[in-house]
Amino acid sequence: MTQKVISANRLADGLVVYLAADGSWSKFITGGAIADDDAGADALLETARTAEEDRLIVDPYLIDVAEIDGEVRPTKYREFIRATGPSVRPDLSKQNYAPDAGVQE
Amino acid sequence: MYIYDEIDQTLVDQRVNQFRDQVRRRISGELSEDEFKPLRLMNGVYLQLHAYMLRVAIPYGTLSAEQLRKLAWIARKYDRGYGHFTTRQNFQYNWPKLEDLPDLLAELASVQMHALQTSGNCIRNVTADQYAGVAADEVVDPRIYAELIRQWSTLHPEFSFLPRKFKIAVTGATADRAAVKVHDIGLVAKRDANGELGFEVTVGGGLGRTPMVGPTIRDFLPEKHLLSYLEAVLRVYNQIGRRDNMYKARIKILVHETGVETFTEMVEREWTEIRDTAVELPAGERTRVAGFFNPPVYDKAKDAAGTLRKHVGEDKAFAHWVDTNVAAHKAEGYAIANISLKPIGGVPGDATAEQMDAVAALAERFSFSEIRITHEQNLVLPHVRQDELYAVWQTLKSYDLHTPNLGLVSDMIACPGMDYCALANARSIPLAQEISERFDDLDRQYDIGELKLKISGCINACGHHHVGHIGILGVDRKGEEYYQITLGGSGAEDASLGEIVGPAFPYDKVVDAVETLVDAYLDIRADGERFLDTYRRVGADPFKEALYGTD
Repeated sequence: MTQKVISANRLADGLVVYLAADGSWSKFITGGAIADDDAGADALLETARTAEEDRLIVDPYLIDVAEIDGEVRPTKYREFIRATGPSVRPDLSKQNYAPDAGVQE
Repeated sequence: MYIYDEIDQTLVDQRVNQFRDQVRRRISGELSEDEFKPLRLMNGVYLQLHAYMLRVAIPYGTLSAEQLRKLAWIARKYDRGYGHFTTRQNFQYNWPKLEDLPDLLAELASVQMHALQTSGNCIRNVTADQYAGVAADEVVDPRIYAELIRQWSTLHPEFSFLPRKFKIAVTGATADRAAVKVHDIGLVAKRDANGELGFEVTVGGGLGRTPMVGPTIRDFLPEKHLLSYLEAVLRVYNQIGRRDNMYKARIKILVHETGVETFTEMVEREWTEIRDTAVELPAGERTRVAGFFNPPVYDKAKDAAGTLRKHVGEDKAFAHWVDTNVAAHKAEGYAIANISLKPIGGVPGDATAEQMDAVAALAERFSFSEIRITHEQNLVLPHVRQDELYAVWQTLKSYDLHTPNLGLVSDMIACPGMDYCALANARSIPLAQEISERFDDLDRQYDIGELKLKISGCINACGHHHVGHIGILGVDRKGEEYYQITLGGSGAEDASLGEIVGPAFPYDKVVDAVETLVDAYLDIRADGERFLDTYRRVGADPFKEALYGTD
């Protein structure tokens, strides 16, 4: 089976997040817990549904990933854009955007 | 400009309070996402690829300086310092937080703005010619009627759950700058032989999966019957439009499947029942609303043209901008200044908070505090004295808002595409950027002349690709971005739908393909022909041959 992680949007601010192994939600896909088989994927989905009921996230779903050079990356381009930010605004990428560093009032 | 009365303001304020409570209940868990989603959509809040997105209505594309400044302020406080002007004269924030949205909407309400009916199966923001009230070729200011339609359609109980969304566009001019024929209802104001005011009514136009140019179902509708006739059209649609299949639910499918003649008869029958009743437009109300759109008191700018000529003679870059971006105004000594939101290599339709503040300040100083939004994602200062254009341009220049490319190949429409949109199959913006960079030589763009290039990242066609002289549609082919090219579309008064020229291109071949098409046109055009004219004269074959060879 293709490796999978769970992605969702955080309820409060809508930002893209990934389910981590400790049950928390990470902004970065590199923090995502990887399922290698159906049973693993089901277990992740179960955790995600609980988080949905707890109003942490909305719309959780499994995405296909692959480990390339030891780094977890989505295999579909759409998910790559979700994981990194708009391709046309590198300044707003997850890695670069730092709202507390003076961008906002 | 229209100013809210107590009813408008109360309605918008109440809606903010209701939404505040709905958000509170969602966060506290009283509402599930399934329960909350339709409520947030009724307030223009989508969940997009990266975050929530708020779509704000700019009714008929008219904004005050105060409103634009508020949009900028909100962009700084609640978003990431910028926003996006759309092809339906709306404005989108890409990163608002759900928990901030009630405050954000309250800020909008404080300047008479809202996000009502910017989503959902209702009558959406009514759009109009951006040159309304200032165009020389105008019969009447279409905003009078757009505002009346806005009032009639806002929270209209019978039309809040239509089979599908419903878009109305109005123009009062002979040149169609509002793409009215590709709207669910298009209204073109005209006068009959007796000089009476009325409308040509087209119904069932649209883009998306099944593009259609709307057929005319009434050549002349007397002005006083506008609302009862619209009500009749909506009633027929609401009763028999298809609710079983989302892809067949728009009115264009109903008109097409029923047949224009039968559909028209049904509307006329319904109209006979309700005309001259309470749904009719009261004459007093028409006069009251019209009063808000009286032209400003223009100066007697009698030497303005001479001063402009002097500036044009002295500064070549300014002269180019005047040539492309400035249009004739109906008042002597005045001009319409178009502000391109398509800098070379930029994101079509995006504006930073600083740019919005700068335009608001210019509007206050030079344009009676008024700004217009175009469906081609540009801004307009509608009333600038000709002798003040040079000062306007100099300020625009310092905010990178002076690109002299209106109507040229780099003045593209592009939807947000897969960089922002959850529905998209492919990116639009980076393609637009690369195309504009390829054609960055302005002399070359002037030589090419008017060329409307429009890019959509999926079949929903927010980028209007079907009506581009060159249209580009992004498709997903086994996870790869591919782009289908159409030729010969037009969203203007000579509306037509583009035809697919041949097999789609992968992302990295599209810019070359566009250049090949443009070169083919330059080779075969006759004197004075635009790209579209040449295409219509010679057909697709020379362009196919240029793209794919002669096999």
